[in-house]
Amino acid sequence: MNIYEQEKQLLEALVSNDRIAIEKIYRENFPTIQAFILKNNGYADDAKDIFQEAMIVLFQKAKLDSFVLTCQVKTFLYSVSRRLWLKKLQRENKYNDVTDNLKETVSVDDEIEAHEKQNAEMHLMEKALSKIGEPCKGILEAFYIEKKTMPEIAEAFDYTNADNAKTQKYKCLNRLKKIFFSQYKNGG
Amino acid sequence: MDDNLLLDAIERYRKDEMNPEEKAFFEELRKSNPQIDQVVAEHSFFLGELEKMSEIKAYKHNLNEVENKLINEGVISQKGLKDKAKIAFLWNRYRRTIAVAASIAGIVSISTALIVSSYSEKKNVEVITPLVNNKLNQFESKLNQIETKLNVTSAVVGSSEKPKFKAVLSATGFLVDVRGYIITNAHVVKNARNLVIENEKGEQFYAAAIYVNKSTDLAILKITDTAFRKVQALPYTFSKSSTELGEHIFTLGYPREEVVYGEGYLSAKSGYFGDTTAYQISISANPGNSGGPVINKNGEIIGIISSKETNADGVVFAIKSKNIYDALAEVEDKDSIKLPVLNTLKGLDRVQQIKKLGEFVYIVKVN
Repeated sequence: MNIYEQEKQLLEALVSNDRIAIEKIYRENFPTIQAFILKNNGYADDAKDIFQEAMIVLFQKAKLDSFVLTCQVKTFLYSVSRRLWLKKLQRENKYNDVTDNLKETVSVDDEIEAHEKQNAEMHLMEKALSKIGEPCKGILEAFYIEKKTMPEIAEAFDYTNADNAKTQKYKCLNRLKKIFFSQYKNGG
Repeated sequence: MDDNLLLDAIERYRKDEMNPEEKAFFEELRKSNPQIDQVVAEHSFFLGELEKMSEIKAYKHNLNEVENKLINEGVISQKGLKDKAKIAFLWNRYRRTIAVAASIAGIVSISTALIVSSYSEKKNVEVITPLVNNKLNQFESKLNQIETKLNVTSAVVGSSEKPKFKAVLSATGFLVDVRGYIITNAHVVKNARNLVIENEKGEQFYAAAIYVNKSTDLAILKITDTAFRKVQALPYTFSKSSTELGEHIFTLGYPREEVVYGEGYLSAKSGYFGDTTAYQISISANPGNSGGPVINKNGEIIGIISSKETNADGVVFAIKSKNIYDALAEVEDKDSIKLPVLNTLKGLDRVQQIKKLGEFVYIVKVN
């Protein structure tokens, strides 16, 4: 198997949230990116944060139906981390000359823009969730995030049966939807 | 109600759970009815957003676990740190030494010894003695065993009633499984002849220790009493990852006959003498708090109170919850114990959390 096929497989595993794939990517790429951030005015904690964000950008990109691998994972992660870090330095007015430790980079502006948009939408959803109150928040999180079944939820939230819990779930969902769209239309 | 049916249909359609006929009908409905089509489009978009969020959350969870693992392995190292981080690093490195230097007399287990001094018609009169060390504890326990033996003999002669349970030591424990499995400290059940657990309503049940590990100081009890009925779902979950310094925590325990709430924060990621299986927490704990749950603001159990430093106030050690997983793996009938997976405490205010927790935290009484 050539590198291209290996990486393709690795990314397929990543998309299915596979721990082993995540660990492999971490081991192979984190040191380079940490070295870059430490060299450019950052701390160890910054390296962890930036690397996690770059991993999310990679995940979001690899999930797209239209996704094709155009460069190595290593190059992609480095380019994204570099861009994210320089953006952060700029925001904090600490921008200096950049010391690179990987020669090859690719343009990742589109990916970062898409990532920021998704972040903003996720933030809206979280904000809406925080406004609906309990038990709604708990029920919806249990169903949509923790992927619990209705009977499990009925038991945990003291409903006499799954149907009652389901009715409650839809009430909550409609409330969340209303809040979400009102924020969405007002641009947050 | 019709709206709910439609929402239900949309969800099943997205998950591809419809049979072909239903699917065809649904697609036809969308085509012929623009209003419905609008609802479907909107709801699908909304569900998509929710799904994306849930995916990212699950993924982030894995990222954190991998990161923690690699930090523990030293793959993600602390070298090459700059100013601010360096100070934190040095502090971390020497804090252990500082903590050891600050302690002179060592630690004591936090269990209450109850000496039954007299026995009136209805009530035990209990005198609480502050605990000096474990030896005194053991001595008392043996003494009381003899006393109980004598009492039992006389009770048999005197009346047909069950002898009332007289505890020589009491501590805290809490459920790990709704069918009556309780976790507490190993030092609580050491030298135990009989074990009784008591809930917040004062109901008592006999229990037996099915697992005792002196090195981790964890014990698992099983309620053997036939009067015990399975309780409803546990509201908390057990944290596997490590907790951050400064995180707020709270506990419920039985330093008295009544449940007592205490709150504090995580002050170090290692326990007494650099013990990495424990945390140091700053909380007010008294004899009797041993075996109590240490819970973070999201309602996750992060540890179990085990001991405190004798000569420093508020320096308490808690066994990390990760050890519970290890303990459960070693229990003989491990397949019958299921840790709770659904957390219903998250997002509740503290008063509500405590209310929900109360019925799952027990007094463990030993004689």
